[in-house]
Amino acid sequence: MGAKSAIRHALWIAWKDLLDISRNRMGLVMLILMPLFMMSMVGYIFPSNSGMSHVPVALANLDAAQGNTSLSTKFVTQLEALNNKTGMMDLSKVGSADDVKSNIQNGQQSAGIIIGSNFTSNLNTGKQADVTIVIDQSSPQTASIVQTVLTQVIEQMGTQTATYGLNQTYKTPLNYSLAQIAPYNVQTTGIVPGQTNYFQFVAPGIMAMVVMMSIMTGLPHAISFEREVGTLDGMLAAPVHRMSILGGKVIAQTTRGMLQGVMVLVLSIVLFGVVIQGSVALVLGLLLLSVFSLVGLGILITSFTSTEETATMIMMTLTFPMMFLSGVFFPLQQMPQFMQIISQLLPLTYAVSALRRVVVLGAGIPAISTDIIILFGFGIVLLSVALLAFERAMKR
Amino acid sequence: MNDVAIKATNLVKKFGDFIAVDHISFEVNKGEIFGFLGPNGAGKTTTIRMLCTLSSPAEGSATVAGFDIVKQGNKVREHIGLVSEKMIMYDRLTARENLRLFGELFSIPRDALRERIDELLQLVRMEKWADHQIGTFSTGMKQRINVIRALLNEPEILFLDEPTLGLDPQSTSEIREFARGINNDDGTTIILTTHAMAEADMLCDRISIVDNGKIVALDTPANLKKVIAGTNTSVVELDVPNITPTLVSHIQSLPCTEAVTVEDGTHIKVRASGDEACGNIIDAVRSASGKIRSIHNVEPTLEDVFFYLTGHEVREQVADKVTTKEPRSRHGPRVRSRIR
Repeated sequence: MGAKSAIRHALWIAWKDLLDISRNRMGLVMLILMPLFMMSMVGYIFPSNSGMSHVPVALANLDAAQGNTSLSTKFVTQLEALNNKTGMMDLSKVGSADDVKSNIQNGQQSAGIIIGSNFTSNLNTGKQADVTIVIDQSSPQTASIVQTVLTQVIEQMGTQTATYGLNQTYKTPLNYSLAQIAPYNVQTTGIVPGQTNYFQFVAPGIMAMVVMMSIMTGLPHAISFEREVGTLDGMLAAPVHRMSILGGKVIAQTTRGMLQGVMVLVLSIVLFGVVIQGSVALVLGLLLLSVFSLVGLGILITSFTSTEETATMIMMTLTFPMMFLSGVFFPLQQMPQFMQIISQLLPLTYAVSALRRVVVLGAGIPAISTDIIILFGFGIVLLSVALLAFERAMKR
Repeated sequence: MNDVAIKATNLVKKFGDFIAVDHISFEVNKGEIFGFLGPNGAGKTTTIRMLCTLSSPAEGSATVAGFDIVKQGNKVREHIGLVSEKMIMYDRLTARENLRLFGELFSIPRDALRERIDELLQLVRMEKWADHQIGTFSTGMKQRINVIRALLNEPEILFLDEPTLGLDPQSTSEIREFARGINNDDGTTIILTTHAMAEADMLCDRISIVDNGKIVALDTPANLKKVIAGTNTSVVELDVPNITPTLVSHIQSLPCTEAVTVEDGTHIKVRASGDEACGNIIDAVRSASGKIRSIHNVEPTLEDVFFYLTGHEVREQVADKVTTKEPRSRHGPRVRSRIR
């Protein structure tokens, strides 16, 4: 019973599990579909600035009621011209402010623009003209994006108008006029060239999640299932080290999880245009490290549950908050302080953060060394506790 | 000492407050077929699980094949084969793959394992099905593979925990013959648990009757049956050509009657106690206008012995005194309580 035969036994058990998985047709289909669903769902349903298009917006020009409407008409034309280029909004004109309100209420439009009643005359008499942006509070995320974008657009239009006016009135050159009105030219640039989209943000998170889930849910499931149908007894009654059984299961589930992780990687590159800025080997290495950091937790759950049902219940309770608290879908920075503290206790947080920096920012090992050390630490601590618990559980 | 395959001393197993096995001691000789007979929940499976190192005893000790079950678990495991109540096989693997896996777990060298698998498959006439997935097999076919799986390592001691449970009559007799065969040919010691009396009677050299976690009797089937002889209890068989339900209920309602079995269309077996038993039974049959073709004392079965020793039937339906002789598995799904 040397180490060599223990490893041999573990490999045979892993072989058996993988053979079993590969012959479960329905399971295989789900294995492929799950990451695909995950990716497309979170990729498409979450709003992002660049992804916004054809937002239905109601436009009410109240200026029309007062004699001279030349400037508001010009404003609308300008807005439409700008919108034709970006295709961001579907503008539909309505008669009154109440129409805007009711259209948003009945869901026809997601936002509204109201041009104030004295628009032209205010401008002509040297006053500011009013433009009101109406937002739909029932969907805060869309509302905040619409608000930001529309404010920007309208401010930009204002600057243009003012620059032109200055140029007309004082004959100053256009460049000079612009510098007078908007002295600061703000530019945003990323670490790496190109635009990032939400997929870029979410793909590393999902990869880490899928891989970690496989070890956290797959392992207790695999062992408690065998315990329930009685096949575990067959292995336990053979001269096989307990650790070989555990090891075999871990190998099989890790392989399955890594396959799924790679699937997410390929899908996000091929279907969703994600670009891996860092090294792919480092991405895979990080995924393996993530598995290592959580394998102890999987074993721990296994040790404390005797039936598949309880195992599944415990896993659901643990994985659900983990998904949301580790920044897979939402940035951690937007969470309240105490949630951020909790998130720092989860290995997945570090895995996601490190993966994201490698995938999106092209970070190398030095840049993510802290995360690597923390993940490793989690792994060692959890594993040593778990192995003790497992040894005891098997003796029941 | 060398003739002893298993020696158990004061084994105890508790699940919470429930004492599943209560200070059991026994010895099993090499080459013996040793039976544990008792109702569900009596502690048979728990005892077997302790001997197979699947569960550790709360108190007491045992040696299996000369090795301590607590301190030398791995040594014990090398020398035993286990056919437990639940089949130890993976449905999506073929018969050969299953056998190969378990052979590897016993560290049998590759070539020897290949030969052994072929040999065992032939023994149960399953060569044709070797490369089919277990999931497609009938229960009887599965059990044949399951049994040879336990024989891969040529165990000194084979544990058969309810091996014929849920099998059709043909598979049942095949498995029984197979068990007897390996015992005869290879001298494999067999520990058999069952609650089928006929099975224990047919196969076992010695039987221990287990009830409520204790061994209430341990002897050869013949000696066990003698326990009844010389007591007040007798088993009488009547040949009555016109059995009616009224007639049966008349016999049942007699104070001396312990159990009534309708053997086939015309035979009634009654276990009764007291000096007046025989006369009372005849009166009861007559009063229900039954004709008695013959009446004679028969040798008691293990079932009668069990009742005599424990005061209740092996089956759960204790209230039901009328029973018919059918394979036990037909009595619906069994509920196994507190046995893991």
